[in-house]
Amino acid sequence: MNREALVTCAHLSCAYDSSLAVRDVDLTVSSGEFVGIVGPSGSGKTTLLKAVLGTVDAVHGSVERKKGLRLGYVPQVESVDWNFPVTVIEVIAMTRSSNRLWPRITKAERVEAEEVLDRLGLGGLADRHIRELSGGQQQRVFVARALFHKPELLVLDEPTSGVDVRTRHEVLHLLGELHSQGMSILLTTHDLNGLAAHLPRLVCLNKSVIADGSASEVLNSAVLEMTYGAPMEVLHHGGMPVVLDHLTSHGIGVQSFDAPQHVADGVN
Amino acid sequence: MHHQLFGIALWEPYHFQFFRNGIVVATIAGALCGLLGVFVVLRGMSYIGHGLSHAVFGGAAASAVVGVNYFAGAGVWGVWSGLLIGRVARRRIIGADAAIGVVTTASFAVGLALLNRYGQAKKSIEAVLFGSVLGVKTADILAVSVVTILVVAVVVFTYRRLLFATFDPDVAQVSGVRVSWVEALLMIMLSLTILVTMRVIGTLLISALLVIPASISRMLTNSFARMLWYAPAIGAFCGFVGMNASYHLNTSASATIILVGAVIFIGVYAVTGFRGRSRIASLHHV
Repeated sequence: MNREALVTCAHLSCAYDSSLAVRDVDLTVSSGEFVGIVGPSGSGKTTLLKAVLGTVDAVHGSVERKKGLRLGYVPQVESVDWNFPVTVIEVIAMTRSSNRLWPRITKAERVEAEEVLDRLGLGGLADRHIRELSGGQQQRVFVARALFHKPELLVLDEPTSGVDVRTRHEVLHLLGELHSQGMSILLTTHDLNGLAAHLPRLVCLNKSVIADGSASEVLNSAVLEMTYGAPMEVLHHGGMPVVLDHLTSHGIGVQSFDAPQHVADGVN
Repeated sequence: MHHQLFGIALWEPYHFQFFRNGIVVATIAGALCGLLGVFVVLRGMSYIGHGLSHAVFGGAAASAVVGVNYFAGAGVWGVWSGLLIGRVARRRIIGADAAIGVVTTASFAVGLALLNRYGQAKKSIEAVLFGSVLGVKTADILAVSVVTILVVAVVVFTYRRLLFATFDPDVAQVSGVRVSWVEALLMIMLSLTILVTMRVIGTLLISALLVIPASISRMLTNSFARMLWYAPAIGAFCGFVGMNASYHLNTSASATIILVGAVIFIGVYAVTGFRGRSRIASLHHV
């Protein structure tokens, strides 16, 4: 498959107030790729994502998007107001707002939205209020909204933060499936074992890019220590890298392969 | 012959021109505030409505002193402070609520000082603070009607953008909605609404008319679209019933309108709360 660059960051630096959140980042995401940005809290993951989306400006360097690039953005579940009075179909139809004058959801839109919902296993839920859904369903509704926008690049901010183990599996499975159908995906995560280890390409970020490569290339103690600023060990279990932080590997012992949050967070 | 209910001559007030004008403005104003109130309540910006009405008061006083037409003077002042508030509220560095509190109450203080110094202070201050039915002119009916038509048109034609920017501004921005433009539009509509309803409802009570009908409609439905129907209907009902009641009870029109809303709020709150509790209780019996 001929890969074309969707987004290219060159020597990109972004700042909040007077401190740099992202420093001199070079990153290219091409069509058909599935890229995860990992790093500790405050490492600039979300800022980099926002720069890619165009909601944060560069103070130095540049972000170039393919001309007319259609982005589908899935925000963190935790940032959504679940009490807001909207139904699933209303959420999905929102993305068609810029070229529609009449408020009613047309028949054609409804059919199309229901196709997307069916594809994500949400058939029959179109008229439910968003609060009435399970965690996994809620996450998928927002993926559905992004897909309804017909994106070339799907961008997700911490898709597994604040969700339970089962939902995390669902999200991972769904993203894998979308990727195999040709969708290009860029996401941030601090869930090293639960999500990052499964991705074909990882970018380790701590203000600037520490490493960029496949999970097996990137997930090693040298890179992780530089990224997280804390000693970490990497084991291999069934061909998958499993990251342990110093405390877990020396103090309390290995408890579970379902990474407890403190393992992934590293420096908390 | 007059229709009588419990010995009250229901048609009596309608003999007065001022009452007929007042009830038209109060009913339309209730509907208008109800409609915009949906956005005010869902965005959690009730305090902006409150602040804006105080800011418009400054404009009203200044235009009275300088001798400029109320709608022109207070309108420019109100829209300008609305846009300013919108800007301040978007920057979350220091508490936006505090910044707005400073700006709008300062504007309010300017208004008070101006009226003290140059106006027929007592009478006009009271009229602006608490609203005055007696002062309602044909121009007010015209103004409130024009703004209502304008606001309804904007809400219909930018419905999805308003909804998207209200629910999820970050994603809306990425999806091609100009969020700052939508927010400015909302602030302008809010300023104009306050401008044309202030003479009847008054500065102090107008934020209640923005918040109460929308809150009641939120308790009644989980659908944004339905809220946009319910809230104006409830607002209009409050305006109409409140005006009538105020005549017979010999109470202030604006206070009575708000009290009607408050009573409905309490009733709906009690009923929906009871329904919720009994639904939970019935789960234990399954």
